[in-house]
Amino acid sequence: MAINPKKHEMPTQAPEVRARNFQEVALGYPMEIALEEAKRCLNCKNRPCVAGCPVNIAIPDFIGQIREGNFEEAYQIISRSSSLPAVCGRVCPQETQCESKCTLGIKFEPVGIGRLERFAADWHNAHAQEKAKAPASNGHRVAVVGAGPSGLTCAGDLAKKGYQVTVYEALHTAGGVLVYGIPEFRLPKSIVSREVETLKELGVQVETNVVIGKTLTVDELFGMGFEAVFIGSGAGLPNFMNIPGEALKGVYSANEFLTRSNLMKAYQEEPHTPIMKGGKVAVVGGGNVAMDAARTALRLGAEKVYIIYRRSMEELPARREEVEHAEEEGIDFRLLCNPVEILGFENPEDPRDPKNGFVSGIRCVRMELGEPDASGRRRPVEIPGSEFELEVNTVVMAIGTSPNPLIKNTTEGLEVNRRGGIIVNEEGRTSREHVYAGGDTVTGAATVISAMGAGKLAAKAIHEALSGAMT
Amino acid sequence: MYRIASRKELNPSMIQMEIEAPLVARKAKPGQFIILRVDEEGERIPLTIAGTDADRGTVKIIFQVVGATTELLRRKKEGESIQDFVGPLGVATRTEGIRRVCVVGGGAGCAIALPVAEEFHRLGAEVTSIIGFRNRDLVILEEEFTACSDRMIIMTDDGSRGRHGNVTIPLKEMLEAGETFDMIITIGPLIMMKFVVAAAKPFGVPVTVSMNPIMIDGTGMCGGCRITLVQDGKRVTKFACVDGPDFNGYEIDFDEAMSRGRMYAEYERHAYEKACNLLNRA
Ligand SMILES: Cc1cc2nc3c(=O)[nH]c(=O)nc-3n(C[C@H](O)[C@H](O)[C@H](O)COP(=O)(O)OP(=O)(O)OC[C@H]3O[C@@H](n4cnc5c(N)ncnc54)[C@H](O)[C@@H]3O)c2cc1C
Ligand SMILES: Cc1cc2nc3c(=O)[nH]c(=O)nc-3n(C[C@H](O)[C@H](O)[C@H](O)COP(=O)(O)OP(=O)(O)OC[C@H]3O[C@@H](n4cnc5c(N)ncnc54)[C@H](O)[C@@H]3O)c2cc1C
Ligand code: SF4
Ligand code: SF4
Ligand code: FES
Repeated sequence: MAINPKKHEMPTQAPEVRARNFQEVALGYPMEIALEEAKRCLNCKNRPCVAGCPVNIAIPDFIGQIREGNFEEAYQIISRSSSLPAVCGRVCPQETQCESKCTLGIKFEPVGIGRLERFAADWHNAHAQEKAKAPASNGHRVAVVGAGPSGLTCAGDLAKKGYQVTVYEALHTAGGVLVYGIPEFRLPKSIVSREVETLKELGVQVETNVVIGKTLTVDELFGMGFEAVFIGSGAGLPNFMNIPGEALKGVYSANEFLTRSNLMKAYQEEPHTPIMKGGKVAVVGGGNVAMDAARTALRLGAEKVYIIYRRSMEELPARREEVEHAEEEGIDFRLLCNPVEILGFENPEDPRDPKNGFVSGIRCVRMELGEPDASGRRRPVEIPGSEFELEVNTVVMAIGTSPNPLIKNTTEGLEVNRRGGIIVNEEGRTSREHVYAGGDTVTGAATVISAMGAGKLAAKAIHEALSGAMT
Repeated sequence: MYRIASRKELNPSMIQMEIEAPLVARKAKPGQFIILRVDEEGERIPLTIAGTDADRGTVKIIFQVVGATTELLRRKKEGESIQDFVGPLGVATRTEGIRRVCVVGGGAGCAIALPVAEEFHRLGAEVTSIIGFRNRDLVILEEEFTACSDRMIIMTDDGSRGRHGNVTIPLKEMLEAGETFDMIITIGPLIMMKFVVAAAKPFGVPVTVSMNPIMIDGTGMCGGCRITLVQDGKRVTKFACVDGPDFNGYEIDFDEAMSRGRMYAEYERHAYEKACNLLNRA
């Protein structure tokens, strides 16, 4: 039987429809297509795809089960390695991970591993009835700081082994970037809250509104009887460019813009939390965060949305699929451009004009690619005299985030690197005894799956340390 | 959920509540604040910690009703609960080495200034308090300020209570008469704080201002609370929720802060009207 050279298309909402709503863009494979796509897998003996997955999901095995119609079994295989299949199946950069190693990809398009993973997870979520049961307690208590993918995974793995785990989260909702950053149209919040509910069924306590370093310190957690602490506090501190005009009204960090829309639900009608809607919007940056901000702005009613990125399409770090979706929706990519100043409205006649101090435009300079830099990518350099202006009302800075220093500043002996990332060994141990860390707070902004992997690793190390102490 | 242990109206638009939040109560220091949400759909707003009772596990807040969220909060009764309450956030007011202090509060800012004045008093510093209001009906916390101040001056814009005029008048008089302070701490509307800084400048007295920009998370994650300091001619961005709310008054770009504070003015007005209409109908 000849192999279909192409991955089966993911059904999506039509671009012109979805650009104006917040419902999920990608609709998921229907069963027939999932079965067909599963047939494309060659079940390779050497399993190169597995090595491409940061948590080594037994990919050919779960795909084999899908092919046989054993969807629940497929899900069970995935969940042995991953605690957030419905999430990773949606947001993993598969094209640079598992799928990039797929044998089929040498000649054809690789197997749609992520799409099949999503299918299995969604099938399970739609059909599974039984609730997770809390295992018998082993009497040990572990505290987890931050309810993002790394913290939730660490908590889940430990809870399954009988640990009494409490997760402390600074915000009023658990989920980390999955709830405040990644928008509903890419990752429905109901999926995240379901994962959190499952954890609670396993006996994990989730305490929101607790800022570690403020409400409680890491040292106090030990004083409260916790025997180990996992820090999964993410990389939430937004960077700005330090160009003139960044304090004008209408300039946001991507974190603020997305938090207002997602977590504070400004995307709904008549929200309590305000956000600037409509008009023309410039988003600066080229990662997933920039794509999410741009597409959110569009859905909030912008008439025009630009992405301003200083390198070219090749270097754009966002997931390919998201870039394509953004282009289809009509986002205007201004590549090889860099902002030099944000311009503001000023009425010299009337200092009380309510429009004063709001953004009116952005001045950019064109760039060209020069010699490769330390990262191996060609360094963008300014073309002298090429400045130009775009008329915009809102500017969103999506140029990266750093780990928040709050925990470091309040935990003596916790070592961090030059970029503020907590230093850990290969087991996830920090420089402080019984303190572990993982996810973005260690690596700087990375991916959901790598954060999850780090949470698993630390859970294993914590278990070894504490169960060793037990005997 | 966080229970409202007590509720009291200080004047028609200022409410004082004690909220049960034992973890916050245990840790809070003067100058720090909390962020709350009244209900599941609510907005996050920052309010200063006006006092604590560690034994009862309560945190005192004093707020002025200015918009939708504070209006919703006002309508909550004793014994009812609010959805979220997180803190203590921000850096506590610096007190070490300060033996003579002048606390200058304006309007709702007096609620924020009170715990600071009380702390200095407790530490044995000499406290001068100047508190200003629009008129006599809006005067709050007079007894409390009297109790913790070595000297207390009330000012009203219309002269209906205390002295006539704004808070910078007695401050200038004192400084011109040769009085010295280790620190002037001012909390109130930005425009008032700007004038306090201007009044102190010729005398070289250090001024601490308490900034209150629009906030969301309060942990340094959104950058919405950013303010600009001018240090040695260089403009430096700080996040008021984690680096402040207290800053060196001589470094603040007040005009920018005033402009940013009005970012959602239109929206807020509509939201307030809507909230009032809805609540009045209910
Ligand atoms: C807009 C956006 C889009 C993205 N898109 C993708 C994508 O498509 N694919 C992908 O793989 N990755 C994507 N990422 C990256 C991915 O979301 C992150 O790498 C991942 O969430 C990191 O997980 P984490 O657990 O380390 O931290 P986070 O998800 O950041 O969670 C940290 C949690 O800790 C809490 N916290 C912080 N400090 C404290 C404290 N002191 N006390 C208590 N709690 C605290 C925070 O409130 C937060 O809830 C995206 C990120 C963003 C912002
Ligand atoms: C660190 C900090 C501590 C604060 N402590 C107190 C306090 O102890 N007591 C108190 O009454 N208020 C305090 N505030 C101000 C308080 O947060 C606002 O009054 C509140 O957010 C208004 O919410 P709202 O929805 O009722 O009104 P909105 O509809 O949001 O706003 C109504 C009006 O209030 C103004 N406003 C909005 N946000 C702020 C703000 N952050 N600061 C000043 N004015 C604002 C708006 O410009 C508008 O004119 C503090 C603010 C900060 C940042
Ligand atoms: S978790 Fe991500 S990398 Fe691993 S198999 Fe699934 S999609 Fe691929
Ligand atoms: S490499 Fe591709 S074809 Fe081979 S087993 Fe993995 S998914 Fe299937
Ligand atoms: S309130 Fe978000 S960074 Fe200060």
